[in-house]
Amino acid sequence: MANKVFHVMYDDDQKLMDAARALVSKGIRVKDVFSPFPVHGLDPVIGVKRTRLAIASFMYATTGTLLAIFGTWYFMIHDWPMNIGGKPSFSWIENAPAFVPVMFEFSVFCGAHGMALTYFLRNGTLPGMPASNPDPRTTDDKFVMEIVTEQNGGMSAAEIENLIKGTDVYELSIKEY
Amino acid sequence: MLKEASIRQPLILGHKTYHDITNDIVGPIEGPAPRQWKIALSIAAVIALYGIGCISYLVATGIGAWGLNKTVGWAWDITNFVWWVGIGHAGTLISAVLLLFRQRWRMAINRSAEAMTIFAVMMAAVFPVFHMGRVWQAYWTLPLPNQFGSLWPNFNSALMWDVFAISTYFSVSLVFWYIGLIPDFATIRDRMVKPGMKRFYSILSFGWSGRAKNWTRFEEVSLVLAGIATPLVFSVHSIVSMDFATSVVPGWHTTIFPPYFVSGAIFSGFAMVLTLLLIMRKTMRLEAYIHVRHVEYMNIVIIVTGSIVGVAYLTELFISWYSGVEYEAYAFINRFSGPYSWSYWMMMTCNVISPQLFWFKKIRTNLAATFVLSIVVNIGMWFERFVIIVTSIHRDYVPGAWGEFHPSGIDVGMFVGTIGIFFTLFLLFARYFPVLALNELKTILKMSGESYKKEAEKH
Repeated sequence: MANKVFHVMYDDDQKLMDAARALVSKGIRVKDVFSPFPVHGLDPVIGVKRTRLAIASFMYATTGTLLAIFGTWYFMIHDWPMNIGGKPSFSWIENAPAFVPVMFEFSVFCGAHGMALTYFLRNGTLPGMPASNPDPRTTDDKFVMEIVTEQNGGMSAAEIENLIKGTDVYELSIKEY
Repeated sequence: MLKEASIRQPLILGHKTYHDITNDIVGPIEGPAPRQWKIALSIAAVIALYGIGCISYLVATGIGAWGLNKTVGWAWDITNFVWWVGIGHAGTLISAVLLLFRQRWRMAINRSAEAMTIFAVMMAAVFPVFHMGRVWQAYWTLPLPNQFGSLWPNFNSALMWDVFAISTYFSVSLVFWYIGLIPDFATIRDRMVKPGMKRFYSILSFGWSGRAKNWTRFEEVSLVLAGIATPLVFSVHSIVSMDFATSVVPGWHTTIFPPYFVSGAIFSGFAMVLTLLLIMRKTMRLEAYIHVRHVEYMNIVIIVTGSIVGVAYLTELFISWYSGVEYEAYAFINRFSGPYSWSYWMMMTCNVISPQLFWFKKIRTNLAATFVLSIVVNIGMWFERFVIIVTSIHRDYVPGAWGEFHPSGIDVGMFVGTIGIFFTLFLLFARYFPVLALNELKTILKMSGESYKKEAEKH
């Protein structure tokens, strides 16, 4: 039997939420949801885990801090110490207050850009990438739920279709792949 | 679904559906360019070209083309720099700080405020970069390995901190703005019919598809970026103020500068946002999204920050006397009674007295009055920087070295030119980019939309 993909369209976020709850409670696994804006509360229903991007950002920022500490020590203390207005050029820790602004800025720089790059790579959103939403209306005012037979081994395509039709569907498209 | 208290005023007026929001924001991009826009763009472009001409002349001739002299070695250049950076601050404040405080009214204004930030910071960067003289060697400010006897930039210097602060601020604001734009570009991409335009927005939208996981990441990234952009915005203007505060010049050497500069920046930034938005909402018919309530909220921020600035002016005066340092005291006496006292009183009137008019509800909810006052505040904030910079240095310790500053034609041309470049960029943004965060607005439609609130009250 060929695998089938159901693209179930709803015209309201509340209808989508109700449908997702109803289908999931009947044991259907929802593969993905395409929506024009974040639908709050949907993630736990369809089993999307919390992202770890914030942790990544913290690690990038810490790397930035360490690099800035190393840089200021290397440039100002180790490689070419200079007497600037009598500021201590022989010890990093004594000169450190003057380096705080650069350390802070560089931490933010690395934290923000590292996270942004990770975000683009993880999402697969890069310049020139093709869009993968099944219907152009999902970036306007429609919400599409994607269900595949492959992930719902216990049920036949007809059973799934019946369950879907029990929700407040706006449009349904079934494709084989 | 979250319900909002019924006594809160609606943020989106009239009855709108999700599709209406898309139509209202994307419609103007699809249609032909309006005549008013073409006229405004032509005027801005001519001024911008004049500015670019002045900059080219400056680079070819040298910094002597400015009116600087031995005593006043810093004048309009740094005044314009601080003024533009200050204006830039409102965008990040609106998008980051108001996001952390969950202020939903930010959604109607954050996109254009952030665009304003980015263009304003670009204009700010023009001044220090061209003040270097040999601008092609601007990369010397970066700690790059080199053959000049291993000469590194001086990390003890506030000017070096500025290089890091401004470049971080600019690039982080740009990324923050662009991440928010991607889903909206995707909306435009999916609506466009003309293949050329579709291709253009397709590239800009990075292939955004709006999957559930993408949105989870989007919200997390927005929140974390807001969290780190908030201290960033405070640090940037603090560092700008340290360009002065860490020096030993009477009138500059004051610890009050960082908070005073930051509130001044927010003050002038909100004024500029108001100036731009009041025109934009009218010409692009966004009255349903940006209305009196938004303007009133922004005016309240202006009262608060304007009053902080006022208190800072008076504190400075008091401390200059209380310190017992006669040079310090003289710097301030000279400010309000010396040859530049006209600029001091101009600053006092525009920044301290005029925003107090917003205590009257009639005035702060009047759009015409707000527009006029927002321009007054912008003028006042330019004079604040001029007062701090020029009056503090034009009378040196030795009376033989006293001098005055007279701007040259190039000084004026460059300043006016940056305003032209700024408006050119902003007009292009208003024409080709989604001017409101339309997909974010859809998330608040059912809580804060007028018709939905009325519907909810019936139940």
